[in-house]
Amino acid sequence: MAKENSITKVIFASSVGTLIEWYDFYIFGMLAKTISTQFFPEGNSTAALLSTLAIFAAGFIVRPFGALVFGRLGDLIGRKYTFLLTLVLMGGSTFLIGLVPSYKAIGIAAPILVLLLRLLQGLALGGEYGGAATYVAEHAPEGKRGYYTSWIQTTATLGLFVALGVILLVKSNMSDASFNAEWGGWRYPFWVSILLVGVSIYIRLKMEESPLFAKLKVEGKTSTNPLKESFGHSANFKMVLLALFGATMGQGVIWYTGQFYAQNFLETKCNLDFEESRTIMLIAIIFATPFFLFFGWLSDKIGRKWIMLLGMLLGILCYRPIYKTFIDKTTIQETQPAFAIKGLPVYEETVKEIKPNLFLKTVQSKIKTVSGFNYETKRVDTVFDIKDRFSLPEYDLHHYQGKNGIGNTEYFNKQLPKNTYWQFVWLVFIQILFVTMVYGPIAAFLVELFPTKIRYTSMSLPYHIGNGVFGGLVPFIGALLTATFTKDPLVGLWYPIGVATLCLIIGALYLSNKIDKDVSD
Amino acid sequence: MNQIKKYAGLLWVLMAPIIIGILIYSAIINIDLQGKKDINKPIPWIIIISIFTPIAIGLMIFGIYAFKGKYDHIPTKSDELEDDE
Repeated sequence: MAKENSITKVIFASSVGTLIEWYDFYIFGMLAKTISTQFFPEGNSTAALLSTLAIFAAGFIVRPFGALVFGRLGDLIGRKYTFLLTLVLMGGSTFLIGLVPSYKAIGIAAPILVLLLRLLQGLALGGEYGGAATYVAEHAPEGKRGYYTSWIQTTATLGLFVALGVILLVKSNMSDASFNAEWGGWRYPFWVSILLVGVSIYIRLKMEESPLFAKLKVEGKTSTNPLKESFGHSANFKMVLLALFGATMGQGVIWYTGQFYAQNFLETKCNLDFEESRTIMLIAIIFATPFFLFFGWLSDKIGRKWIMLLGMLLGILCYRPIYKTFIDKTTIQETQPAFAIKGLPVYEETVKEIKPNLFLKTVQSKIKTVSGFNYETKRVDTVFDIKDRFSLPEYDLHHYQGKNGIGNTEYFNKQLPKNTYWQFVWLVFIQILFVTMVYGPIAAFLVELFPTKIRYTSMSLPYHIGNGVFGGLVPFIGALLTATFTKDPLVGLWYPIGVATLCLIIGALYLSNKIDKDVSD
Repeated sequence: MNQIKKYAGLLWVLMAPIIIGILIYSAIINIDLQGKKDINKPIPWIIIISIFTPIAIGLMIFGIYAFKGKYDHIPTKSDELEDDE
């Protein structure tokens, strides 16, 4: 009973800290638009460069680097103090981002400070996960390693849930102007972090060192050079490569596609209403999260390999049909029959001078249909050569077609009919279910692949290359493919599908499904 | 099965330079200093190519290991992870 209590505390202390780290990392990405307005104003080339660095360097370079720095530290001085340090670093940087004055107030110092703090966040994240997974796994009894470490695996998704929830809560309690103001509501989620981190540090300080690492230390068998032993010896290095190409690479793209690509697609390609897309994600996450535990538990019974590979296979087969449904169900027919409109549309007209004596009229309408599919439209439909538009005839639209957006109708803030809304929840849910299959068992899988004395270093690097680099590239390569093959709106999916396929083949050929019962060696 | 693992190794070795070649080619045709998208900026490409080159070399080494039969048996004990050079 005492042992059960102790492992519960270990899981709780590790998971809460890791969840908070994910929360901290996500809020920056989710508030990117506001952050960019406050710190990286358009038209300033240095600020634009710093913004690009903040986006790309944090995930692609600093995360794997953090895995090496903190992995090495964790194998030299121990798991407990290392993942405590990453927590302090992450919480501190997040809180400070919320305190940096805007570009308007302190000029170029603002984006520089934000960039540095974002890089610190990436560094801390690189060190946290390996520590938490190793710490829990090294406490877990035989036959329950998959289940216990799967609690750590829930944190990346729950961190997203908490981040979505906190932002939604703050945003729904104030106007857009108050939220986006210089010292407005967008800063609150950053400030909240310090409280969460404080509690988590208090809990973690009370924990003991991992028993396996403590034993190694007493026996004087810890590694003196974890980096060299992990990557300089071919016998261990081959396992690092196998972990990366046979597991974490595919897991990373499935994870990113299910959680972030889906949200981004609903918001930017389907143009769903902000609250609608967020609640779809939140509900899907709530229902899918228990499956991390289920697949972690199942992996203790039947092995890790085939569960992870099945998750990849399902992603490969289902992504295009799922995203095609998203597109089909949110495409608005230009020739909508009159009876489909419920009541009269509400119009707003604005007239804007685009150059001297040339004015554009924009008509914005809110449309409600009997099917429950509501949306807003924006159409620049008339051109005038003086502002008093009623006294002059309208120009021929065809003359201006395509210029300044004339003639194009934008559809946005779409709200789905109830049954379509729930269909979307289901489609996001099954994508997160694939995530739970690949991600639930992976901590135990990685822990079992490497020896105790270099475990933190050896497992952290493939994990963060798989997730940070391969996963993080999903939107960039997606944009690249979309720009190259313009006719297919789903072409961006070929990147996660391709990477997952390669990983599936390598994993199926080379991975072992055998569970390592004893990880004390 | 070990024969398939071995000869698939050659495929992984070949894939590495192809991936780097595609990335460099894509960078050349997409970098446009007047463009507004991320794919038009040089910095993301520099970061991605710099980080992907060692990863692709890793894939090549993985292929060489596979071809040499180093994955014929997957170790389950730490003492099996002694250097096998």
